[in-house]
Parts: sequence; C-alpha cells; structure tokens
Amino acid sequence: MDNKEYIMIDGIPVEINGEKNLLELIRKAGIKLPTFCYHSELSIYGACRMCMVENEWGGLDAACSTPPKAGTSIKTNTERLQKYRKMILELLLANHCRDCTTCNNNGKCKLQDLAMRYNISRIRFPNTSPEPDVDDSSLCITKDKSKCILCGDCVRVCSEVQNVGAIDFAYRGSKMTISTVFDKPIAQSSCVGCGQCALACPTGAIVVKDDTRKVWKEIYDKNTRVSVQIAPAVRVALGKELGLNDGENAIGKIVAALRRMGFDDIFDTSTGADLTVLEESAELLKRIKEGKNDMPLFTSCCPAWVNYCEKFYPELLPHVSTCRSPMQMFASIIKEEYSTSSKRLVHVAVMPCTAKKFEAAREEFKVNGVSNVDYVLTTQELIQMIKESGIVFSELEPEAIDMPFGTYTGAGVIFGVTGGVTEAVLRRVVSDKSPTSFRSLAYTGVRGMKGVKEASVMYGDRKLRIAVVSGLKNASDLIERIKSGEHYDLVEVMACPGGCINGGGQPFVQSEEREKRGKGLYSADKLCNIKSSEENPLMMTLYKGILKGRVHELLHVDYASKKEAK
Amino acid sequence: MCNGDEGDPGAFMDRSIMEGDPHRMLEGMIIAGIACGASEGYIYVRAEYPLAVSRLKKAIEQAKEYGLLGENILGSGFSFNIHINRGAGAFVCGEGSALTASIEGKRGMPRVKPPRTVEQGLFDMPTVLNNVETFANVPLIIRNGACWYKSIGTEKSPGTKAFALTGNIENTGLIEVPMGTTLRDVIFDIGGGMRGGADFKAVQIGGPSGGCLSKKDLDLPLDFDSLKKAGAMIGSGGLVVMDNNTCMVEVARFFMNFTQNESCGKCVPCREGTKRMLEVLERIVEGNGQDGDIELLLELADTISATALCGLGKAAAFPVVSTIKNFREEYEAHIYDKKCPTGNCQKLKNIIIDASLCKGCSKCARSCPVGAITGKVKEPFVIDQSKCIKCGACIETCAFHAILEG
Repeated sequence: MDNKEYIMIDGIPVEINGEKNLLELIRKAGIKLPTFCYHSELSIYGACRMCMVENEWGGLDAACSTPPKAGTSIKTNTERLQKYRKMILELLLANHCRDCTTCNNNGKCKLQDLAMRYNISRIRFPNTSPEPDVDDSSLCITKDKSKCILCGDCVRVCSEVQNVGAIDFAYRGSKMTISTVFDKPIAQSSCVGCGQCALACPTGAIVVKDDTRKVWKEIYDKNTRVSVQIAPAVRVALGKELGLNDGENAIGKIVAALRRMGFDDIFDTSTGADLTVLEESAELLKRIKEGKNDMPLFTSCCPAWVNYCEKFYPELLPHVSTCRSPMQMFASIIKEEYSTSSKRLVHVAVMPCTAKKFEAAREEFKVNGVSNVDYVLTTQELIQMIKESGIVFSELEPEAIDMPFGTYTGAGVIFGVTGGVTEAVLRRVVSDKSPTSFRSLAYTGVRGMKGVKEASVMYGDRKLRIAVVSGLKNASDLIERIKSGEHYDLVEVMACPGGCINGGGQPFVQSEEREKRGKGLYSADKLCNIKSSEENPLMMTLYKGILKGRVHELLHVDYASKKEAK
Repeated sequence: MCNGDEGDPGAFMDRSIMEGDPHRMLEGMIIAGIACGASEGYIYVRAEYPLAVSRLKKAIEQAKEYGLLGENILGSGFSFNIHINRGAGAFVCGEGSALTASIEGKRGMPRVKPPRTVEQGLFDMPTVLNNVETFANVPLIIRNGACWYKSIGTEKSPGTKAFALTGNIENTGLIEVPMGTTLRDVIFDIGGGMRGGADFKAVQIGGPSGGCLSKKDLDLPLDFDSLKKAGAMIGSGGLVVMDNNTCMVEVARFFMNFTQNESCGKCVPCREGTKRMLEVLERIVEGNGQDGDIELLLELADTISATALCGLGKAAAFPVVSTIKNFREEYEAHIYDKKCPTGNCQKLKNIIIDASLCKGCSKCARSCPVGAITGKVKEPFVIDQSKCIKCGACIETCAFHAILEG
C-alpha cells in the first residue's frame, strides 16, 4: 500500500491531495454536489446548506466547511440528504420570483438549474415572492432584491476580493436583504462597477446592465454609421456559450457575426492597445529620465481600478498614467476619422467589462457633449445579440477586421490578461527586439494567474522594478506596501482577478477555465506577425496624420480627484 | 470570554449572578485565565441588563483596587484584564461565533465550524467561552474540590443548576437544585404545585427552543442525558409550567414566533424554514389548518434540525416536535375538527345560542357589533358563524345564560 491518504466517498476511495474541504474532494470524485454559496476564491460562508453530506456515524456535515479526514467515509446521496436538498430548494423557491422566462438570467440561473436537477415540481408553501425591487442607478449593473437568495457571494466578492465593500447584509431573519450603506442607490455607493458581484451571483439578483436594445435601435437606424471595436479578452470568452471551446480565439467569427448583425465598421481594440503601449511607455521613460519615479506609474487601462483609485486612494491619482484606456484612445481616433461622414456616427465597444459602461459615459470622454464611445456591450450582451440574430456562430466563416485600422500587434492582444499590459510595455522598452528577447520577457514573472506578480527588467543600466496585480484587494495591499516604502517603477492594476479575461461582463467560469482564456490570448499573440506596438505600421500613419499635434487631446486624460467620504 | 447574553424570555439566572454576586463570576474568569494562559477576558452582557453592567463595572473596579485584576496580580506575574461588551438585543448573539463577531464589531451572525472558538475565536485567537453560571461555579469547585462538587447531582451531570420557574405554578422564581432532581419535586414541592389546584399539563424546559414535556415525564430527573432522551434540553434553564387550560399548539406557535424573529437570516433552513413553520402553525390556530400540515411541520422540523448552521436553528423546531409528539390530538382537533380543546384559540371559538334556553328577547342581536345575530322575537335567535367575530359581547348581555362558547 502506498502512503497516500484516502477518504471513502460513496464507497469509492478518493485520494486526499491538499484539498481544503470535503466539497473539493467530492467534486474531484466527479460528483456535482450542489451549492449556492461556495466559491473556492472566497471565504467559506456555509449558509445554503445544500452540500450537507452524511458521515459514517450518521451525522451530517456541510461539505464546504469540513476538512477531509483520512480513513473516514462519507455519503453524498442518501434518502435523507436528497429530501433535505429538495426541501431547501422548495423553501427558496417559495420565496423567490418564478418568472423565469422573462428573467435576465434565464438559463444561467443556479436556482433554476438546481430546481430542474432536483425535479422540484411542487411547492407546498404559499408564494411569498416579493415584488421586484430594482436598483437601476448604476451604469454597470442592475440589482433586484426580489431575486436574491442571500447566499452572500456578492458581499464576499466585493469585500474580500475587491476590498470595496459597497454592499453588505442589512436586517435580520426573513427580513434580511443585501444593501448598500443606508440603502442608497448603487450609483451613490462606493461601488466601482467591476461587476464581479454579477459574476458571482447565482440568480438574477445582480446582472450586467443590458444595453442591447439601444444598440439594436442604432443598427436599424438608416441614418447612422455604427462602428464597433472588440476588446482582446472577448474573443477567448464567448465561444463556450456559442458552441466553441472556452479559450478558443473566435475573433474572425465575431467579426463575421457583427457584420451580419449590421455593424458598418468593425475594429479590434488591440489596435487601441498599441497606441496605449506607445503612450504609456513614453510616459514611463519620461518619468524615469526626469527622476520623478519615487512613486510608481500606475496603469490606467482598467476603469474599475481608476474608479477605485478615485474613491479610495485619490492621493495616488497624480501617479496614475494619463493615458486613456485602449478603448477610449481608439474611440477618439475612430470618431475623428469618420467625423466628415454624412451619417450620425455611433461607436460601440464590445468589452469584457461592466465598468467600461461607466468609463464610456464619463464627462472627460465627451466631445461637444457626445461620448466617444456611445455604447458599451459586454461579452454577455454580445452573446445575447448573436443568439437573437439566429446566427449559428460555430459555423461562421471567420472574417477580417476592417481597414483602415485593421492592423494590430500581439502586444495589443495580450492586454486582456493580467500581466499583458506590462509585457507589452516591456517589449517597447527593452533595447533587444529579437524574438529570443521577447520570449524571455514571458518568463520574467509577468505571466500567470497569480494575483500579485513581480518582475524586473534592465533598461539601459537601470533595473526597472515592476509589480502586476489583479483583484483590488491585492491592489490595495500593494499600495499599502508602496506607501510604507517599497519601490516600483511601474504597477499594472487590473480590478478583476486574472485581468479582463475574468471581467465582470464575461460569462462566468471556474478558475481552471479562466486560465484557458489567458492561454488563448497568448496563442493569439503567437499568431501575430508583429509583436511590438511600435512596429505596427498603422501607428506611424496615425501619429503623422490624425494625431499630429493632438496627442494629448485625443489620447490622454486627467482624472480629477473626487474622493467621497469612505 | 463570558457569555452573559441571556436572551431567553423569562430567564434570569445569569442576571441574578451578574447583579447579585459578580465577584464569583470574575473570580471564575481569572482562574480560567490562569488555566489557559489568557491575559484578556471579555464579558458579553445584554444591553437590557443595565444593572448587571453597572455592578460588573463596579466589581471590576473593586477587584482592580484589591490587585486581583490588572497587571501582575498579587505579585504573581500573571496579568489579566476584563472588558465588558454590551449586546445590541440579538438573541442569536448568545451563539459563540455570533457573540465573537459581535464583540469584534461585526454583524452578529454565526459562522461555520470548524474552526471552533477554542481554535480560532475572538480576533482569531484561541478563546475559551463559557456561560456566567459555569464561571461562577469555578471558584467553589477550586475551593472545595472536584469531589465535593461531584457529590452533588448525578454521576454524569454533577453539581447544581439554576432554573427560572414560571407559569401556572404557586411559587414562581429562581431556584437552584442539584442535577437529577425530578420534575415532580421541582413543580409540586419547590414550586408549591399548580396554581389554583389546576391539573398539570406540560412543562416547557430549556428556553424558547426547548421541548415540551408532559405528565408522563414528571418523574424524569433533570440532568443532561435524561432530558436529551426525552427530546428536551436543559438549555438556559427556563421552566415554564402549564396547566390544563393551555393550548399546546398556541404554545408551539408562540415559541416559533420568537425563534423566527430571532433568526439571523444566514442559513436557508432557519431563515426560510422557521418562517414556513410559523406560517403553518398560524393557520392551524386560526382554523385554516389543512390535512398534511402535521406531516409538513415534522418534515420542516427534520430538515431544519439536521441542516441548520447553528444551535438556534438546530433547536428551533423542538417545541413543535415535542408538542406534536406529546399532544398530537390537540393539533388534530385544530386541523380536522376546527376546534381548540382548551378554548384558547380565539379564531376557533364558536359562540352558539342554546335554543332551549333562548327566550327570543333580541338583546343579543342589538348588542352584536357586526350584526351576526338574527331571529324573530320570542323565538330562538341564531348566530351567523361567518359573520361572528367572537367578541363575546352577546354572552355578557344575555340574561338567560343561553349563549355559550364552545
């Protein structure tokens, strides 16, 4: 016998391999034990009681909060357990809106899914589902208290992963709700719009704000010219729901679908990212040259991070790059390019992100009162629109991005994953532009799904220290370290853990699948024949043309401090 | 940590110690501090006990003056401080992890275990948490020895226990008896028997989530094991004695209403389950009980007890289960015959006119506020049950005692 440790699950020995709790082991054994409130990245809450298992003494344990003990045996499917699970579902459903067909989360709802799995065909209690109680104030997410099952996932994501704490429990017992402070509208809370709560929500209680109707209207309007840009992270995240594999690069099919849907000009935000790389690198090098690098330069691509910085660390705003995000840079170029069009220009951005909806509406990015980006659609909304169009996505012939902005580099594509922005900037900054040099950049520590990464690269005779963080809790921990004296030259912050591939507007996946999305972007990078942004021939054209003398006006922004009482 | 969040209605055992002999409890805490190497002690007291708080504060000051608390106690090198934290009225904060969270300034909600409080308690430090009574027993045991303490009570439940004796009994109040004393002794000897000589019906023991015991359990010794076997618990030590005029379904509804109100709302079975149990009990006492309600109650009770996160939920259904077990026929009378055998349930009362006694004077019809009584003068009147609000006004006006409740 080997010295491995085992536990018997439903009579089958399963090896214990560092699993924190029974639930992980049970799922490893191929049993889909139901849960509402368990997320491996969050603290254990143990409130839904769906994952109860029977131990060998007939006692019940919640699998999520019980550490596995070698040599014991548990059962996951006894008559009692099934009865309890059904009762819990019945209890939840008795108090829950049952208008599934018109719910924003129809087909994606865990409650609906489990009710189906457990064949809940009758509910013996009076229907006490509350009236809809919708908070529509945020541009990023929509919250409906009546659909909440109080699993607390959103509360824990918001405080534990994002360190924002915009929402918490209020009231007790059957009157308990999830609420902002003093039940203020979300827009007036400390919410930064990252949308991680919507990702975590098992029901339709917090969903991505739906702007699809408005975009359809613009497409069908004969007097508009509707252009669209697609962010890097979108291409590797929408496939799964449309018959491809998650992580599969679907950019060609997306272009084809958008064209069929009626978009007039289709571009890739990676091109905008190339602009960002050039501007941000220049800003970094200028700071270093001028010796203004006692504080690091913080990246500014992520709108939820910018919101967070404004709300929680306004004193750091002078150290946040003045570069607009790739979406905004690109949008100002596109609006400029078509400014002489006879039709009304509408620009749509397809983003993995809910906070982009807020960014697009910011006053800073309006020209004569009109936003450069008129609408932001999240990946989830794009999937919805493709489904509405009846397009069989998996059978589409891939198509190419439109000219004149049809060229982008691998550096732009990897913006969608944590570490990507840094790697792209490094490609620009290092003096050795050989493939070997670029390949070695991938091994400096910038890649991977870890929440905090560090790298150092030589620039001339100077060593640049760089930190890459994703998840705002990691960001705030790092900021505290920096404040107490730790030195970096560049800090890349992405609000969502893993970067945009796990953005609040993406379809929800577990962490393993998240990695596939990251790999998808790195493979897309490999396929690009240009790896470094400054070698993108389009850049030269832009700087000599539209951008001549207008770089600051079109590509930069000065975020004003608007610290609110925390 | 000392748990003085005595939230059970009618219980005041801890209060009596905290108000009457706080030093005994402080001494117990100091000894516990020495035993486990703790240097900080916390007392969590209900805010509804202002006198207890002020006496505890005073006692702490006095102990400090004598050098029995604070730095380097009596030159021993051992330091121990005691802090007082007041609760904010939540019953569930009597649960260890909720109490801990409350002291830490968080929402008073129980958390999953493990880790237990002894491993990871207050401010994530290993914590010893005991009740007021437990700490108060410690100095006596240390002084007189464990053998002395074990000579009182039963083998498995040594010592004494304080009970708050209330209900339909002659002598209500706080009593302290050796463990293992029978219910009969407590009620008929110490309690002086039933008030007004009424018949004993049941005793609710252990607070709002304790079980109801009936006549057949009168000779049960009050100790942990025997009570557990009988489906009850000592709990906080509340003893509510009920006579024959008590409706057991209403008792169950009353306690369910309490626990449902005090559920923190965290876990689904407790939050949603107790709400539904209360709903079913309410409809039974209102005469709208349905066939299958008893089974539904038992199924809910089973689910909640088995799956709830903390003790409050796990025990919430005890009163219902024990009353169904001991007084099922009362539930059945409510549900199937739409009658409350004790006549307590207002909505189930039927007021009827005995035709043989009614002289047809019409006085009752005139006194009825809802016009439910009709009839011809000098002939027997009748009450329209669908209109009657059971106010009893007619009963009082009838000079011939022809109107009865039944």
